[in-house]
Amino acid sequence: MNDKLSRRDFNKLLLSGVAGSALGLFGNSQSAFASTKRVVVIGGGFGGASAAKYLRKLDPSIQVTLVEPKAVYYTCPFSNLVLGGLKSMDDIAHTYAVLQSKYQVNIVADVVTEIDIAKNTVKLKSGKALAYDRLIVSPGIDFKWNFLEGYSEAVANTRMPHAWQAGSQTILLHKQLLDMKDGGRVFICPPANPFRCPPGPYERASLIAAYLKASKPLSKVIIFDAKDKFSKQGLFKKGWERLYPGMIEWRSNVMGGKITKVDASAMTVTTEFGVEKGDVINLIPAQKAGKIAFDAGLTDATGWCPINPVSFESTLHPGIHVIGDASAAGAMPKSGFAASSQGKVAAAAIVRLFQGKVPAAPSLVNTCYSLLAENYGISVAGVYKLAAEGIVEIKDAGGITPIDADDNHLSQEAMFAQGWYQNISLDTWG
Amino acid sequence: MAVKQEIRLTICALFFTVISAGSSMLPEDCSASTKSDKQLPALKSESSPRGQILALSCASCHGTDGKSAGIIPSINGFSAEYIETALKGFKTGALPSTVMSRHAKGYTDDELKLIAEYFGTVSHNTK
Repeated sequence: MNDKLSRRDFNKLLLSGVAGSALGLFGNSQSAFASTKRVVVIGGGFGGASAAKYLRKLDPSIQVTLVEPKAVYYTCPFSNLVLGGLKSMDDIAHTYAVLQSKYQVNIVADVVTEIDIAKNTVKLKSGKALAYDRLIVSPGIDFKWNFLEGYSEAVANTRMPHAWQAGSQTILLHKQLLDMKDGGRVFICPPANPFRCPPGPYERASLIAAYLKASKPLSKVIIFDAKDKFSKQGLFKKGWERLYPGMIEWRSNVMGGKITKVDASAMTVTTEFGVEKGDVINLIPAQKAGKIAFDAGLTDATGWCPINPVSFESTLHPGIHVIGDASAAGAMPKSGFAASSQGKVAAAAIVRLFQGKVPAAPSLVNTCYSLLAENYGISVAGVYKLAAEGIVEIKDAGGITPIDADDNHLSQEAMFAQGWYQNISLDTWG
Repeated sequence: MAVKQEIRLTICALFFTVISAGSSMLPEDCSASTKSDKQLPALKSESSPRGQILALSCASCHGTDGKSAGIIPSINGFSAEYIETALKGFKTGALPSTVMSRHAKGYTDDELKLIAEYFGTVSHNTK
């Protein structure tokens, strides 16, 4: 009922985490009223790039350095369209040229090897070091390579690509789909929650089916799911019946979806119901926060990073903000949109903290569009607020595309999905 | 492309017909401005910090400063009154939408007003 955070709750949240910096006013912390305003951002994905850009946009007196080893960043959003043949890799490629030229973000193509928390410094693979007054860590996900018998990073790089970080993995899976014979079986194996992009595996099944229907119509997609329900399930299932009757089979965790073992050389997966041979196997492993977050002690027992939801400042290490998939952001899903929203909240908070002011109560939003075909789009939206227990979804808002949406609505959402990708890409890297 | 244009025009038409008051800053058309901003537009302090934080998420779909490059309508170039009326229309359902009603319902009328004031100010500052 109470949509607004009570003053008491809000103060409690402020005191729990931002206090580390606010109290620094009276201590020896260099974070508040610092003579220098240097922010280092680790990671140039949706979270890190948005934060870097918006720091510069909101306060051009802040020096921002973005450390990202990749010269070209390929987005996970819309990488399923590459797999379906609707987009090319170039369409999902982004560089840091505009952040550098227009927003004067200092781009450093390097890898952070260590965060020296005592010295407020990050060390780079090249041997250089960067000093910061505040640090933003946006490393995305890492994979639990040992989560399944028979699976490894080497298997992912050869026989069973995850394609859950876009780039060479996307190209590998796409090639396997192109090489597959008609009548082949494509396995998609999504992990248990929480994982990056909850509707992603099901959009992937849809767009691979779109390709197969047009080019290899005797083929099938089977989803071996570690879950018993999934994002936008009703909308996906309805769409699959309409668009790809008989082509996509979803096996829930309890109905033979749970994989206990894989054999890369035999190209098989073992479930509680038996052994199944696939022609293309897209195994999406269980996930955790990116490596640097673990190395710096920013993660807790869950494998993700606890944060103060007002500023996304780590509750474990004040002065370091963790955004995007690596953060434990309450009810928010791990999505590019959410990461971008969090990057802006962290940027705005840091601007205020440098001014010695308390950050404004944040507003966080997410929208995930999924395409089932080029002209068939669905979405889930969420608006989030702070409550005593952290970030919660506002109940009467958000939600999914109506289950009885007509073709006109679905085609509009498909076009808005394209418009969203165009704008969020520009809002992040452009 | 014809379909795209039609939808864009439909959306524009909705904006234009439902909102008749306070439209002194209406742009000539709804398509996004493609003029590049040569200098970094620092946001002026007139917009409240709360309005700013509420409004920053809008850019993920509508573009930085509300300037859209594609089919999603721009929200830059309108008066605060115009944006506020639209947002409240989405919230009540008076304005049909695909996703905007789901978003608008997440905010109080006061918050929608702050968002509208932010974009009114940004439009003025980034002209």
